[in-house]
Formats: sequence, C-alpha cells, structure tokens
Amino acid sequence: MKKSLMRSVFPLAIMFLLITPGLAGASQESAIDTGDTAFVMISAALVLIMTPGLALFYGGMVRRKNVLSILMQCFIIMCLVSVQWVLFGYSFAFGPDLGHIIGSLKWAGLSGVGQSPFPDYSATIPHQVFMLFQLMFAIITVGLIIGSFAERMRFPAFLIFAFLWTTIVYDPLAHWVWGVGGWLRNLGALDFAGGTVVHISSGVSGLIAALILGRRKGYGSESILPHCLPMTVLGAALLWFGWFGFNAGSALAANGLAASAFMVTNTAAAMAALSWVFAEWLHHGKPTMLGAVSGGVAGLVAITPGSGFVGPMSALAIGLVAGIICYLAVSVLKTRFGYDDSLDVFGVHGVGGTWGALATGLFASTAVNPAGANGLFFGNPGQLLIQLASVVATWVFAAVLTTVILKAISLVTSLRVSADDEEQGLDLSQHGEDSFADLVIGAPSMSSFSFIEDRAPVLKESSAGIQH
Amino acid sequence: MTKIESVLRPGKLEDVKNELGKFGIKGMTVTQVIGCGLQKGHTEVYRGAEYNINLIPKIKVEIVIKDEDVEKVVSLISKAARTGQTGDGKIFIYPVADAIRIRTGEKGNDAI
Repeated sequence: MKKSLMRSVFPLAIMFLLITPGLAGASQESAIDTGDTAFVMISAALVLIMTPGLALFYGGMVRRKNVLSILMQCFIIMCLVSVQWVLFGYSFAFGPDLGHIIGSLKWAGLSGVGQSPFPDYSATIPHQVFMLFQLMFAIITVGLIIGSFAERMRFPAFLIFAFLWTTIVYDPLAHWVWGVGGWLRNLGALDFAGGTVVHISSGVSGLIAALILGRRKGYGSESILPHCLPMTVLGAALLWFGWFGFNAGSALAANGLAASAFMVTNTAAAMAALSWVFAEWLHHGKPTMLGAVSGGVAGLVAITPGSGFVGPMSALAIGLVAGIICYLAVSVLKTRFGYDDSLDVFGVHGVGGTWGALATGLFASTAVNPAGANGLFFGNPGQLLIQLASVVATWVFAAVLTTVILKAISLVTSLRVSADDEEQGLDLSQHGEDSFADLVIGAPSMSSFSFIEDRAPVLKESSAGIQH
Repeated sequence: MTKIESVLRPGKLEDVKNELGKFGIKGMTVTQVIGCGLQKGHTEVYRGAEYNINLIPKIKVEIVIKDEDVEKVVSLISKAARTGQTGDGKIFIYPVADAIRIRTGEKGNDAI
C-alpha cells in the first residue's frame, strides 16, 4: 500500500516542483531570459575559477619556498574583493555616474541591485547576475598583479595594496570603459571583455610594482627557476577554460555573439601558443612547455578586448602577433632594462593587452557585432585613434595611481620582506607553513598540544570498554 | 670495517644493487644527490632566459663491509657502474671505527 501511494504521489510532486518556479518566474519578471541568465551565471563561475587557475599558473613558476605565498595571495584576493564589491566596489564601478569618472555610492551594499534586470547593462538577466559576473573580473585583475612582486612582498602590505588598488584603480577604470556615462565608453572605445580595464591596468601596475619593490635577492646572479612546471600547465589550462566565460560571457546573453567570442578566443590562444613556441625555438633552439602555456595566455589576453568585434581570420592575426611580441617582451625587453617583473605580468598582460586594444582598432568589424564599430582595416581609421586614447589613458592612470598607492603604503609599513625572510621564503616567514613538508625536523610544541596528555587516559578507557 | 661510498649514474643503481646482492651484501643506504665533476652540465631556458645547470643528478650508495671484502666489492661496483664515458662517478673508501645494531646491541662485523 505504502509503496503504491509513493509511486503515484512522487511523480506528481516532481511535476509540481518543476512547474512552480516557471510560473513564479513568469509572473514576477517577464523580461528575464532563463537561457541568458543560466549562461551568464555559469560564465561568472568560469571566470571565478580563473583566479585559482592563475594561482597554480604563478605558483608553479616560483621557487618551492614561496608557493603558498602565491596561492594565499590569489585566494585572499577572491575573498577581499568579493566583500569590497558588495559593500561599495560595484557601486563605484557601475553605479549612477558622477562626472563621467566614477559611479556614486547609491548602490553601496547592493542597495537597489536586485533580481530584476537593469536594462542599461543587460536587459535579460537579473541585475545581481550582472553584478556577480563583473565581480569576477575585479578579482582576477588584482590577482594578475601578484606575479610582478612575487617572492618578496610582505603580506600586510600586500593586503593594503590589493584593497586600495581595486578601489582606486580598478573601480574607476571599469566605470570609464563599461559604466553608463563613463568617458571612454562615451568616446566610443571598444573593449569587449577587459583589454584595457583588466590587462593593461594590471600589466602596467605590475611593472610599476616591480620597479618600486626592486629586484629579488639573487636576481641575475643565482638561478631562480620554476619549481613545478606541471602545476603551471594545469593553471594555464584552467585559465584557458575559464576564459570562455570571460569573453563569451561578456556577450551577457546566450547568443550568436557569445558563440563568435568563444570561437575567436580559442583561435587566438591556439595561434599565439604556436607563434611563441616557434619564436622561442628559433631564438634558443628548443620548444618549451613554459613557452607554450605562456603563449596561450598571451593570445587569450590579446583577443580579450576584440573578442566581441573580430572574426576568425583577424583572431589568427591577433594571436600570431601576440605570441611573438610577448615573447620578445619577456626575453629581450626585460633583460635589456633589467627590471624584475618576476612572472612577467607586464610582458604578457601589459604588452599583450596593449596589442589587443590597438588590434581591436584595426580588426573590429560591424559584420561581427553591429553594436560595435569598424576598425582601420574595415574603413574606419578613426577607431584606432580612439583605441590609442583609451590605451594611453589606462597606462597613465594605472602607472600614476599605483606609484602613489605603493609610496603611501611604504610611509606606513614596509613593502618588502627583510633579507632574512626572503632567503627563508615567504611560506615560512609570512604564513608559518611549508608546501612540501616531506622532511620536517621538529615536534609539536607542548603548550599547544597539552590536551593530548589529558585525553590519553580517556582514549584508553574507551577502547578498553569496546573490548568488553 | 670499511665504508664504501659510491657516486653513480642514476641508471646504474639496479645493476650495482644486483651485483652486491649476489655477493651477499643486502644492506645499503641510497641517496639522491647532485654534483659536478668532469661531466659538462646542460642549458635550461625559461621564457628566453638561459641558465647553465652544471650540477647533475647522481645516486650515492653507502655500504659498510668487512675489511677483507674491500677489493672484491670495489671491483664489482666498478664493473657494474662503468660505461666508459665521463660521468660514471667515483668510489670513496673510509675506515669505520665501529658499528652497532640498535635492536640487539651487537657490535663490529656482527652488526653489519
């Protein structure tokens, strides 16, 4: 009896559950498109996974004594920016315009950022989904800078820097380019998924940070080699995977434009990985794994601003050039000038982002995206000038403000670890942990483990009890 | 008693172990080491930056044997580990004052 009752009620209950949300959705907000919403939510999650991916990408490239410091900085960025974004970051970046420079605090605490769409940004998805998607970009942008001062920055100084940078540099920049009323947006600058806002800003800021903090101890005299390249390759794979959310998701709808962005993203990354590998092969005689993944990331960076405006053959050209110039930036430019941008944030993101932003002014086509504009090669030379203006503005803004922020922090606390702490490694000196504790000499300190003695007799009694 | 310390090519460890096993030597301590000598190193390239790596991975095998076996064991190891190329490694011989088996307290030749 019970069984047959279950059999008849269960399917009914399931059907009810399936139908109700649909009914509720239809009556509450007709403008929401479920396909678009699902796609952008998944895209946001894909962009989030890029930050742990970046942590592995960077973590494999440092020495084993500094791996956890990289992972920790990337992870804490996820948390710090998430909180900042909800409190006021989103409002600064996307809130109601103040003088074309920054958003007002009207949306602080996500006040007014609800479940219904905000059509000026995205007419078919809940405003909160748009907000979350944008949050993931804010997170990874700060994360990218970590590579430039890897292996030498004090954690407290890093925390202050990350908070100030995302607030004073990222939020206004995002407003300029993407916020309603932002001056670069009004100018007609094209940046589909963040070539200027994400990559130029982090790359240039990384260069400044590397210059202000100075070279790592032993740079140029000791061998400072990646400790685990397989980790770097896994990280690069996660970045490539997440980048589909980054670029295709920036269509903010599950549509043809998203498909086009997905396709050019993959194409440019593949081409750039090949061109980097061949450039290095010709230059140094061996095709390297680190070169292949670095080239892939360079291609992803370069296609980002144009991903919603260019076609497949343009993507090949963008990728081809990106792999070569980014390789030259890290192997020739860095050596010539002697700065220690530890993991090449400037060489890959600064140079690749600048190329991508300018390339958008060359290759953009309204045949791909009618809402965009044509570039130089499609009969509109003016677009290249607009792109150039957005590049110069981003370079200057990021460089000046990063200098100001770092100089200001250095008045309060030191940016750099002591020489002894650097020698010991940041994992131990900053975090008191060891990544690969296969040979640790030591014993638990008695003070913190004194409960063991108290508990030992109890454990014996209980095991005796089980025997009886 | 005598300690024989051999630094070998990593690929020769199994051959040396087999030969020593046939001779009746079952105990040894093996360590992964790096070092340099006559053998040249190699170049590694990371994002276009070249590094000369002249410390090469080797295997260090330590055994302690009776004094009378030294000549025989050294020739066994040399034969098993030799390729004729630079980088075959080295054998060092040390006198040992005493040896103690921790479990039983046996001393000298009985303990090895």
